[in-house]
Amino acid sequence: MSLRDIISKTMSEWMKGTGPESDIVIGSRVRLARNLSGIPFPAVASDESLRRVVELVERATKQLESADRYEFVRLSEVPILERQLLIEKHLISPQHAEQVKHKAVVLRDDEAVSIMVNEEDHLRIQALFPGMQPHEAWALCSKVDDAYDAHLPYAFNEERGYLTACPTNVGTGMRASLMVHLPALAMTRQIPRVLQIVSQFGLAVRGLYGEGTEAQGNIFQFSNQVTLGRTEEEILQNLVDVTRQIIEQERQAREYVMSKNRGPLEDRVWRSYGILSNARSMTSQEAMQLLSDVRLGIDLGLVEGLEGRILQELLVTIRPAHLQRIMGRELEAPERDVFRASLIRERLKESGAEKNSV
Amino acid sequence: MLCEECGKRPATVHISKVINGVKSERHLCHECAQAQGQLSFMVEPTVTFHNLLAGLFEPGKGLKTAQAVKAPSRCPNCGLTFADFRRLGHLGCDECYDTFHAELEHLVKRIHGSTVHTGKVPVGRRDSAVYKQRELEKMRAALQQAVAKEEYEKAAELRDAIRRLERELGV
Repeated sequence: MSLRDIISKTMSEWMKGTGPESDIVIGSRVRLARNLSGIPFPAVASDESLRRVVELVERATKQLESADRYEFVRLSEVPILERQLLIEKHLISPQHAEQVKHKAVVLRDDEAVSIMVNEEDHLRIQALFPGMQPHEAWALCSKVDDAYDAHLPYAFNEERGYLTACPTNVGTGMRASLMVHLPALAMTRQIPRVLQIVSQFGLAVRGLYGEGTEAQGNIFQFSNQVTLGRTEEEILQNLVDVTRQIIEQERQAREYVMSKNRGPLEDRVWRSYGILSNARSMTSQEAMQLLSDVRLGIDLGLVEGLEGRILQELLVTIRPAHLQRIMGRELEAPERDVFRASLIRERLKESGAEKNSV
Repeated sequence: MLCEECGKRPATVHISKVINGVKSERHLCHECAQAQGQLSFMVEPTVTFHNLLAGLFEPGKGLKTAQAVKAPSRCPNCGLTFADFRRLGHLGCDECYDTFHAELEHLVKRIHGSTVHTGKVPVGRRDSAVYKQRELEKMRAALQQAVAKEEYEKAAELRDAIRRLERELGV
């Protein structure tokens, strides 16, 4: 398994639409921030220090138990389009793809684990799972963390825990997030209330691509704010408990629209399907909104013959870098919109949805 | 190049717009761009963690600044000063946490509501007394739960483990 294979493989494990609560929870992610003792943090470190971190992590990666499953890649050796692909697959952050001198990424062959080297912290270990599986993601992250711990001098003190560049991450260094699809709460205009309640319980809400991004296609990321003073299990449990309440609210809102507004709902779902299967040009924002409607139709049994995972699959493949990889060349925005529309048409034709007779 | 609008000042703002695939370009001076409202979306975000952080250390805004003001101290490992931290919003290295321990105490409390780590510990440090003490407390809590749930087999195991650890720690 090489970077080449990962780049050319469109579907990651987390996009397969499996896992508990997968009708609402798209995926679970856990990220651990770790630093090396005595070496300045990336933002202020010299080239020499940064090079040393890259070398130390590279050497440690070779000593991992299943080292053959991991690939260590220097980002300066990765073309910009391929870095963009890694962002769209959620394997690296947008910041990590900029100023790539002395930055690296370690990828596991199934893309469930990725480790960013010299992002804001020396190491950012991340695990990504489909559906509601934050405890599983944490267990895997922690295992990888132990493996690196055996070879690297981690920055840690007994009082403050794992020491990070930004004090907002200190302690466990853990950020756990759940990606949730909330179309019925959006339809019934309850999202502002949801966001308010969730933040009162210590969770932050972000769009699909992390900090500062908008929620597209009614997909939100809930994550913990506090990283210190609670154990990892406590943090995860709070995230799960609060998210479960929101899931329950979403299910009730779905039932509500099905029983009170089934006609208009069906109309909306099939109109969206109609646009997706006929349009000749489409922005990703529009596609996301329409796909969200169709996915809701699938979840509610209004649309048959189409798998729910089409949402997370297209979510990634209609992004600019993925379109350009499929086409094998750079595309201007208007060209991308045309190609995106044709890609979606084909994908829908392949599966052939049918109206579930009322 | 002169501003397209006033024709007097040099054009310093260059705006490219693509609407329905049609690209248009404007070259304006700062003043004209501002007058046309073209600059409004370029404003640097002002509500950032770093700005809030800096604000929290300003006198009279909550956090005690006494130590922060009198300490021109520099981290012996990376050379960062506390003023640098306030400006940058991040620390320089792990030793900064010791160097600025007192100054950070309030901030950490404010962010996390707590100042002491209770989570995972690196493999090599799990022999430390602090860590074992914490494990002991966790096991005692688990024992109480097991008893409450009438899980006596599990409770017995926990009781033995607690005794072993207590002996080790000389409690």
